[in-house]
Amino acid sequence: MSGPRLDVVQDSAGLELHAGGVWNVEVATPPCGDALSAIEALGPGDVLRYDTSELAAWDTGLLALLLRIEQVATERDVTIDRSGLPDGARRLLALAESSPARDDARRDTGKAPWLDRVGASTIAAAEYADGSVEFLGESTGAISRFFIGRGRYRKRDLWLLVQQAGAGALPIVSLVSFLLGAILAFVGAVQLQQFGATIYVANLVGVAMARDMGALMTGIVMAGRSGAAYAAQLGSMKVNQETDALVTLGISPVEFLVVPRVIALSSMMPLLTLYSVLMGIAGGALVAIAMLDLSLTTYWNQTIEALSMSGLLGGLFKAFVYGILIALAGCRQGMRCGGSASAVGDAATAAVVSSIVAIISAAGLFAWVFYVLGI
Amino acid sequence: MTTACNAPTIAPGEQPHIEVRDMTMAFGDFVLQRDLSFRIPRGSIFVIMGGSGCGKSTLLRHILGLLTPAKGSILLDGEDLTNIDLKRRQTLMRRFGVLYQSGALWSSMTLAENVSLPLEEYTDLSAGEIRDIAALKLAMVGLRGFEDYYPSEVSGGMQKRVGLARAIALDPEILCIDEPSAGLDPISSRRLDDLILELRASLDTTVVIVTHELPSIYSIGTDSIFLDAETRTMIASGPPTWLRDNCDDPTVHQFMTRGEATDGQ
Repeated sequence: MSGPRLDVVQDSAGLELHAGGVWNVEVATPPCGDALSAIEALGPGDVLRYDTSELAAWDTGLLALLLRIEQVATERDVTIDRSGLPDGARRLLALAESSPARDDARRDTGKAPWLDRVGASTIAAAEYADGSVEFLGESTGAISRFFIGRGRYRKRDLWLLVQQAGAGALPIVSLVSFLLGAILAFVGAVQLQQFGATIYVANLVGVAMARDMGALMTGIVMAGRSGAAYAAQLGSMKVNQETDALVTLGISPVEFLVVPRVIALSSMMPLLTLYSVLMGIAGGALVAIAMLDLSLTTYWNQTIEALSMSGLLGGLFKAFVYGILIALAGCRQGMRCGGSASAVGDAATAAVVSSIVAIISAAGLFAWVFYVLGI
Repeated sequence: MTTACNAPTIAPGEQPHIEVRDMTMAFGDFVLQRDLSFRIPRGSIFVIMGGSGCGKSTLLRHILGLLTPAKGSILLDGEDLTNIDLKRRQTLMRRFGVLYQSGALWSSMTLAENVSLPLEEYTDLSAGEIRDIAALKLAMVGLRGFEDYYPSEVSGGMQKRVGLARAIALDPEILCIDEPSAGLDPISSRRLDDLILELRASLDTTVVIVTHELPSIYSIGTDSIFLDAETRTMIASGPPTWLRDNCDDPTVHQFMTRGEATDGQ
């Protein structure tokens, strides 16, 4: 099997290209520099011919090379005679040329000027904000319709969502909360040991978990778990035109898809948080018993004493709000998803980012409000 | 299988390009098709026909090695595809080009990049050459100038044509096509048929095609098999026009005539 060759033969009429050997694009294509420079020396009236009698096999590599050579030849008004080419090659080239050149289709891939881009992103940001407000309004309306019993949704879907957001999240919430409680206890133990006040580890873990950390950790876990899932579900429904199908049936996608998710997540979040607080306290207790030689009863009694009802209820209220924020952020990103598979991935990413930002901002706000109110 | 519906197009001594022997396709206990045995001659346009849900696309996926047969074997040039190591299989797979039912374009890449990926992976061509070839392939399917578009920005028919351009990027020996005409208008569908004929004539490609588009079956198919959903096996094989005129099996006959001529029989 001989490698591919491309020889240039000058004659009085112009140029003849001799292609020979086996042309396989996966192995090698010969350089065409000689041929190109020879053609550049030609002028109008000269003829470019081919001789492929020694060509054993050919493929796309030959075609691509011919196209490049002929483009140069055409620019110089050289007459091209393709009769020496293999039949198939001639036909494929003709096929490629037969499709109308859509010059209007070619797009400008250059970068827009700086000011253009600033303007474009400002407009995009304004449109995004506008869309978010609209979405928020629509959701609020749909949620109130749900509560007066006029919302359109499927009960089975709602229960399934409740199960997914609630019981389905227990293992991961257990793990994260237990470890978080243990970590808090570790950090506290090292500091409190210096004062011999190790018993207050129970206060630290209990109060922190109940007031803030339980809700916050559960929120972050659920943002990654449910928020992303909601964006991906709604996004792929959008890609498959399933949401359009709902709209044409006269069913609002917000009512049918968003409301059940908001209800499911916001009702499950306080329960998960309560569970998370318990798991956190258990984690703290393990560290206290193993490291600080406290007994379980002492630890428990101390915890009960430290916890206040208002603190715990405050924590659960926060969890409820986080649940609404996560579900809305996830659904909002899903509903504005573009038309391709990669857009679904982008929507899921955006959902996680925006719900975590929302949760943390809300947590900051809550901390301030609760401080002012003295809870 | 009635003998009347069986007209082998391959000469007894000829080596088939692809051969399927006694194959059973199953998902767990559910048998989709059994006792499939047929030979695909080199350079033919082989049509896999049958009603919806009979396992046409699944058969194609078996030939491509995406699924493993429950029983039997698939031979490519006499080499058993079901019983080889992964490396050899990957080498053999490069001789296949596939056009999936919905195009299956990578949505995060432009059309040119979609066509270029196989070239980038398997050849040592320079970036410029790859761009030239990608543009050539897109021009062949009638999409000159659309290199920088993303799949989501062009119509379904165009996506399908890009899928074909990608399938032929490496000049495959065997081109597998799943439902080429689904979602195409008659003119585009005809253009696609012409393109398939042209590719076969120019590059001597073997084409395996799953379709139930009758005009296209008759105009390009040189050989075919008919899978039956009821009996779960192939009930006819031979050139499509021959089957239309000679096969007396009612299911096949109805399919081949869209049920229109049955009363006249």
